[in-house]
Formats: sequence, C-alpha cells, structure tokens
Amino acid sequence: MLPDNLSDPFRDRELSARLAERVHAAVQRPLRLMEVCGTHTMAIFRHGIRSLLPDTVELISGPGCPVCVTSAGDIDQIIDLASMPGVILTTFGDLLRVPGSSGRNLAEARAAGAEVEIVYSPADALNRARNTDRTVVFPAIGFETTIPVIAATVLEARAEGISNFLLLVSHKVVPPALEVLLADPELAVDGLLCPGHVSAIIGARAYEPLADRYGMPCVIAGFEPLDVLSAILLLVRQIRAGKGEVENAYGRVVGEHGNLRARQMIERVFEPCDARWRGLGEIPGSGLTLRPEFRDHDARACFGLVPRSVPEPKGCRCGEILTGKVTPRQCPLFNTRCTPAHPVGPCMVSSEGTCAAYSRYSVR
Amino acid sequence: MCLAIPMRVKEIHGQADEPASFPVAMVDENGVRKSVRLDIVDRWPKVGDYLIVHAGFAIHTLDAEEAETNLKLMREMADHVAGQSF
Ligand code: SF4
Repeated sequence: MLPDNLSDPFRDRELSARLAERVHAAVQRPLRLMEVCGTHTMAIFRHGIRSLLPDTVELISGPGCPVCVTSAGDIDQIIDLASMPGVILTTFGDLLRVPGSSGRNLAEARAAGAEVEIVYSPADALNRARNTDRTVVFPAIGFETTIPVIAATVLEARAEGISNFLLLVSHKVVPPALEVLLADPELAVDGLLCPGHVSAIIGARAYEPLADRYGMPCVIAGFEPLDVLSAILLLVRQIRAGKGEVENAYGRVVGEHGNLRARQMIERVFEPCDARWRGLGEIPGSGLTLRPEFRDHDARACFGLVPRSVPEPKGCRCGEILTGKVTPRQCPLFNTRCTPAHPVGPCMVSSEGTCAAYSRYSVR
Repeated sequence: MCLAIPMRVKEIHGQADEPASFPVAMVDENGVRKSVRLDIVDRWPKVGDYLIVHAGFAIHTLDAEEAETNLKLMREMADHVAGQSF
C-alpha cells in the first residue's frame, strides 16, 4: 500500500544507496551531466545527491529557471507597470528581488508605493481582479508546466468577462533553447537530465529530434532522490554503451505524448513568437504570446508597451553558467558583490538559479 | 518554478463534461484540506488517485498502480544481477 504522501517511497535511503552504488560501478570516465531544470538543481542540493555520486560525475545546471532567463527588458516593463497608478501587480514571490536593468526591483518599487501582491496561483490573481475595479496585472513567466495553468486562467477570465485582468507574457518553451545549447560546439556535456514537469506536458517524444540530431543521451527525471539517481544511472549506462536516446525514468508522471488536454489549452490561447533569453539571447520560436483574440488581456497591448532591448548586468557570467561553461565560483562577483540578498545577475535572483543554489548551500 | 507536488484525492466536485464550470478535487496537504483545479488535468481522477499539482492546478493524474510500476523499475535497476557488470 502506498502512503498518502507519494514522495516518501521515492526517498527510500537503502534503495538510494544501492542505485548510487550502481552508478559508481558503471562510470568509466569523468562525465558532465546537465540538469536542464532549476527544480532539479534545487532537488539535487536538498537531497545531497552529489555526495552519493562518484567525484568523476559532475552535475551542471542548465537554463531551466524561467525567472533567471527572463530578459532584463521584460523585468523593466514589469517594474514600470507595477508603479503605474491604478495597477495592482500580482506575482509569484520569486520575482520580487529580480533586478531590472537599472538594478531596481519589485520589492523596492513596492516600498516606494507600488501595489505588489504575492499570489500562489494565477487563479488567485484572477480572483483579485474579480474583487476590484482596478487593473490587475499578472506577469506570465514560465515554461510548459506553468503555461497551461495560465491559459486556463485566461479562458476563465474570458468566460466571466473579467476585463481588468491583464497578463504581461514572457512565456518560454524548452526544446528550442535545448536546441541552441546542443548546437553550441563549445558545450561540453555528456548527457541531459530532462525536466520532469515540463515533460509531463510536452511528453517524452519531444526530445527525440534532439537525441537523434546530436546523439545526446536524454533521460527524463522526477524530483525525488530515487528519481534523480535512477535517471543518472540510465544516462551513465547510455554513455557507456555509446547511445544517444530518450529514456523516461519518471513514468508515473510523464507519457510519450504528454498532456494533450493541456497542450490544446495552450494552443487555444497562445501562439509561438521569438523570445529573448537572458544569457542565451534571441531564440526564434522559443516564446509564446497571446493570440489576437485574447489581446484585450495583453498588458503590452493595453498599455502600449514596446519591447526594449537592454544590456545584461556588467561582469555577470550567467550566460556562460546557463550553458554549463563555467560554475558560479568562477564568477568574480559570486558571493562578493552578488549575493542572494543583493543579486546582480539572474542566476542569483530566483531560489532555483544556479548561483543562488550554490550560494545557499555554500558550495565553494 | 516547475515545482509540482503529488497529492491524494479525497473528494471530487464537478464533472469532466461540464466545460462552463470549474471542477475541483479536494486533497489533503499536511492535514489541511485544499481544492485543486481540474481544468487541465490529463485524466479525470477518482478518489484515492494522486494528482501532480502545480500552482493550484492538477497537471497529471496517476493511480497507485502506476506509481508502483515506476518504483518496481527503480528496484530492478538497483538490484545487482550476478554476471552483470554495471
Ligand atoms: S554570481 Fe551573480 S554576477 Fe556572477 S554569474 Fe552568478 S548571478 Fe551573475
């Protein structure tokens, strides 16, 4: 019988130890594995996964933190909007301390009088709009995991005719960014730990073109210790056998085709666009924007905001960190001028950012 | 950001084919009853199933058997099979 808390059986220590042993036995040479997803970065630290692995297996973090890859220009627009009279900005909490191009963040805007409220779900943001005459803006930042949730909320707003609910959309989709990473001849990565909850929506098949084209071993992983360790073992076995295939270690959540209902919902509300990723630059077709029929919920359209291109913070090496070329300790600002309390670059701002995770768990 | 937590379904309110309403499942989170939206879930759940919940919405339904199958695969991977070097 499985317990109500399904995480428990997937944290079994004895089984973790045995999986780790299998990894030790299978590794033949130094390996660099990239965990694409910021939630994996956090899980790997929280569960002490590195301490179970051979020293020769290096885990590096990829561009999988949606807040970290949101461009400074988009952050500027969010802060500007929050400061407009008559606007209530509702947001997930991890956006509060993200600095825009001038170094100013939402927390400071709030201290200066802007109405900024933290919500747990976009449904709460919509609820806020139901209960006020003012304009409620929600910065729609996220990958495929979050996008259908926001799509459902837009459809609900539409169904109820709630016209004071606006989105500032900076959605990003994962596969085009992986394509850019893998096409980089300088990328020194032996295998990808693919994101579990993005894959719950897009399905395991979504990685097949990447595995085929670049011969890259790809294994989809969940977020408990057994999930991460079994995925690493599958990666190591593929590498050892010279394979580059897609395998799924998170079968209880991820199917071949993902969540068709959620994918339809995304299609109904959003359409592809080009998007600028912090650290990676402009990637064609890597964003999603509201379809024309939903433009009355588009904050950019309603407030006439034009996209801005602003430079990344000086000295910040996030671009190289997001592509696995350097680790945070190779950045001269790490833990000196750039700390979780006073972040300079995007990788330090979100709790899932690589620099923030390294700093919090004091990895030297 | 892509954090999503498994929660066990205790009750269900609403129906799959009621597009105009917003059906929810009631789950238990550390002893607190919470409602979870079912707008985008891939499979309609039943009481006793688990939901993977992200920002208040279920993104996936799984039953105990599917979880067991996944766990069994991991056990097999962990087992050292004689004659197998890795
Ligand atoms: S430590 Fe700060 S400045 Fe350096 S790369 Fe990380 S986020 Fe950028």
